[in-house]
Amino acid sequence: MNAQTKPARNTKVMNRFDITSRLVGKLKNEEAVIGGIGNTNFDLWAAGHRPQNWYMLGSMGLAFPIALGVALAQPKRRVFGLEGDGSLLMQLGCLSTIATLAPKNLTMVVMDNGIYQITGAQPTPAAAHTDLVAVAIASGITNSAWAADEEDFERLIEQSMSAVAPTLIGVRIDDKPGTGTTKRDPVQIRERFMLGMGVRQPL
Amino acid sequence: MAVAEQKTSPQAAQEHTSQEQTWHGIVLQTLKRNDIALVPYVPDRVLTTLIKNLHADPFFTTFPTAREEEAVGIATGAWMGGMKSAVLMQTSGFATLANVLASLVAPSQIPLIMFVSERGTLGEFNLGQSLVCRTMRPVLDSLAIEHHTCTRLDELEFICDRSIKQAVTTQAPVALILNPLLTGGKVFDK
Repeated sequence: MNAQTKPARNTKVMNRFDITSRLVGKLKNEEAVIGGIGNTNFDLWAAGHRPQNWYMLGSMGLAFPIALGVALAQPKRRVFGLEGDGSLLMQLGCLSTIATLAPKNLTMVVMDNGIYQITGAQPTPAAAHTDLVAVAIASGITNSAWAADEEDFERLIEQSMSAVAPTLIGVRIDDKPGTGTTKRDPVQIRERFMLGMGVRQPL
Repeated sequence: MAVAEQKTSPQAAQEHTSQEQTWHGIVLQTLKRNDIALVPYVPDRVLTTLIKNLHADPFFTTFPTAREEEAVGIATGAWMGGMKSAVLMQTSGFATLANVLASLVAPSQIPLIMFVSERGTLGEFNLGQSLVCRTMRPVLDSLAIEHHTCTRLDELEFICDRSIKQAVTTQAPVALILNPLLTGGKVFDK
């Protein structure tokens, strides 16, 4: 790709595990975190398991719809959705749904490296020309912004926790793979999450 | 419940009764009785009245999604957060769901309740619709997902109510297929 055709960026290239760890470090109120497929939930796992974390092992593109469902079911709990750029591209329509329902307790984070890292780092069709934060704004999620650097990311996360509308934060990340690997046990992951959400009692 | 309502409001009971005599009235009331308040959908002509009445009833949170799998994702998240839901779609929408059913709903044991308005049979006029319809039951069977084809008004409440309760208590998905014999379906009119 010709460098001149790439969109101008003033955002720092950060690291998914570092960003995820910073987010998890800010969670003090049993906030729910929905980790999207692949590296996104691997780094959530590696940042330290919490009962309020849920890790998506399939169904690429559904991290935000699932996070929306949790947010609708539990309006008093802050819900974070973590999603990759390629995943979001599969389900851009969900941004319109979220803008319409406008749950104020939902914070979405898009980890954007422009590639399908886990399948061999092929560029996404959006890599060169599409600004996903602009897509979110145009979809009606006006409270959307790129994080300029790590400190700005933390500021945007804190801001979202008292927002009156859903928030989307774009983060440019490097091409590193995930740091850990989630234990692939979907029933246990779901059951532990429901315990963490307070909707289940242990036997 | 119906007896108590008759005592308090005969008119309301009458409306209630006439609603229950239609397939969409039975579906709506059965959802309500089972505390299913969240109903995301991708619309279909046959579902029009049901969708309109769901919107008109403040008990329900109902809204369109851009794709059927998005609705399934929302229903899954809501279940994990303690809220029951049902998703509405057409046959061709169901045909987009194999991946999410196999990779999310079935392995996570989510009691996903699907209402599928059946097109592609009993008077279909669009070849593509009739072909896509033939993929639905093989997909459900291949994943061992419980499904029932609703053809009779007098059986509908039993099938819906029992299937919803079974889905929730066994933590397993179910598809309730609304056949043209029940709904009238969509016919070639131009």
